[in-house]
Amino acid sequence: MSLLEVEGLTKRYAHSDARGGAKALDGVSLSIAAGETLGLVGPSGCGKSTLARVLLRLTEPEAGAIRFEGRDWLALKGGGLRRARGAMQMVFQDPSTAFHPRATVSGALAEALRLHEIAPRRAWPEQIAVRLAQVGLDPDLAARPLAALSGGQRQRVAIARAIAPKPRLIVLDEAVSALDASVRGKVLELLARLQREMGLSYLFIGHDLAVVRAISHRIAVMEAGRIVETGPAEDIAKAPKGALLRRLIAASPRLRPWEDTP
Amino acid sequence: MLREILRRPEAWIGGGLLLILLLVAACAPLLAPGDPLAIVGRPLIRPFANADFPLGTDRLGRDLLAGLIHGARASAAVGLAAAAVAMLLGATVGSAAGFAGGWIDEAMMRVVEAFQIVPGFLLALAFVSALGPSLWTVVLAIALGAWTGPARLVRSRVLSLREADFVAAARVMGMRSGEIALRLVMPLALPPVLAISATIVAGAVLTEAALSFLGLGDPNAVTWGRMIAEGRNQLRSAAYLSMIPGAALALTVVAVYLLGEAVTEVLARKRRA
Repeated sequence: MSLLEVEGLTKRYAHSDARGGAKALDGVSLSIAAGETLGLVGPSGCGKSTLARVLLRLTEPEAGAIRFEGRDWLALKGGGLRRARGAMQMVFQDPSTAFHPRATVSGALAEALRLHEIAPRRAWPEQIAVRLAQVGLDPDLAARPLAALSGGQRQRVAIARAIAPKPRLIVLDEAVSALDASVRGKVLELLARLQREMGLSYLFIGHDLAVVRAISHRIAVMEAGRIVETGPAEDIAKAPKGALLRRLIAASPRLRPWEDTP
Repeated sequence: MLREILRRPEAWIGGGLLLILLLVAACAPLLAPGDPLAIVGRPLIRPFANADFPLGTDRLGRDLLAGLIHGARASAAVGLAAAAVAMLLGATVGSAAGFAGGWIDEAMMRVVEAFQIVPGFLLALAFVSALGPSLWTVVLAIALGAWTGPARLVRSRVLSLREADFVAAARVMGMRSGEIALRLVMPLALPPVLAISATIVAGAVLTEAALSFLGLGDPNAVTWGRMIAEGRNQLRSAAYLSMIPGAALALTVVAVYLLGEAVTEVLARKRRA
């Protein structure tokens, strides 16, 4: 059985007319198995981020169902939802805005430990050091303000924060798009390692097909609020069916385009 | 941050002047014992003419220096209290509107606009005329005209901050909305209000003086505004009666502005960094 099953999610833009307004999500259905990475690609404005926000209950859909860990995810409310949130986490695109401007590394991680009662307060420093080592950061960074860290380091802290409540699924919304190419590969390796170690599932949202293909088991292609194509990562990239996907593949840079036969 | 503020010369001058004013206000009964409204000498002694009354006496023979010292109390107390009430009320209404959103926000902002349309001084005048002059009605009357600025400022800050990624991240982590508001958003929404606090204090000091100039201040207190008003009748023969309290008033406002300028500058530089 799938870890996450989404059925017919529909969401209109907040400021469009109640009736007949453009839909950000138009009957989106998908599923993610335990330990699986589903890549989600599509042009900007196609509804990828709205889907992420709906899944994380940051905004409510008008129609559709979400089953997560076998229960009705949209039925959760108040304290029940807050406690359940640890199981589904998110990493944001821009690591410079994902933390409170005055937060320190240890403060950001302690928040997760406190809210989900992972460990007693006196064990926090040790827990934080373990989490930092897990994402390949020097535990001595704990006392530093996040503002003093590089973008790549900050994104690693964001990943450490996301794995702190021991989630089953992490939504990565363009999580490596804002990083340098050199850092990007290392963060992708880290994500793959954490997936093996913790049995995590990912919903990996991106617009760069090369990056998405590198980490995903399956890829879903989204356009204008709909999933237009889904399939194993190799098949999608090698034998694209839709016109959109062909455009996306053609858009990724290659050194010798004349040798490349899509 | 305090050290950075104190490094600026305008902070030194403004802060120093304000410190002197506050000390004088606090020690008024020691510096000028007795009732400042009591008749103590011949009327209309010129300043620097008599060692007993260094700043002279008014047309009833009351000591001008004693009046000035006790008047500092009213200016400082009313100015600070009114600004505090205005900022507290404004920050509360502004953050409530920003967090609530929807029709509550709409309704609250219409109220704010209603207060903004009426000139602040007219509002204060009407309020004091209706409720009678006393220290607290004057404070409330001034605050009534000054709270809309902070309210709009805090609301706009809250509106932009509540959409920030770090707020979404806190919600995803399972933080309660109340904690998000108080621990994450408010500490970032309030500093800009601190930056305009100087303008509000200075405005409050001036409004207080204007109210007492019109005879709507606390009748049992000496205030600079009242001293200026009483000196007005002798403006041609004894201009010093209005000029001395007037100069004190101007100096106070300038001091508040200078200090505020330093705070604003340091806060702005902090945000840029």
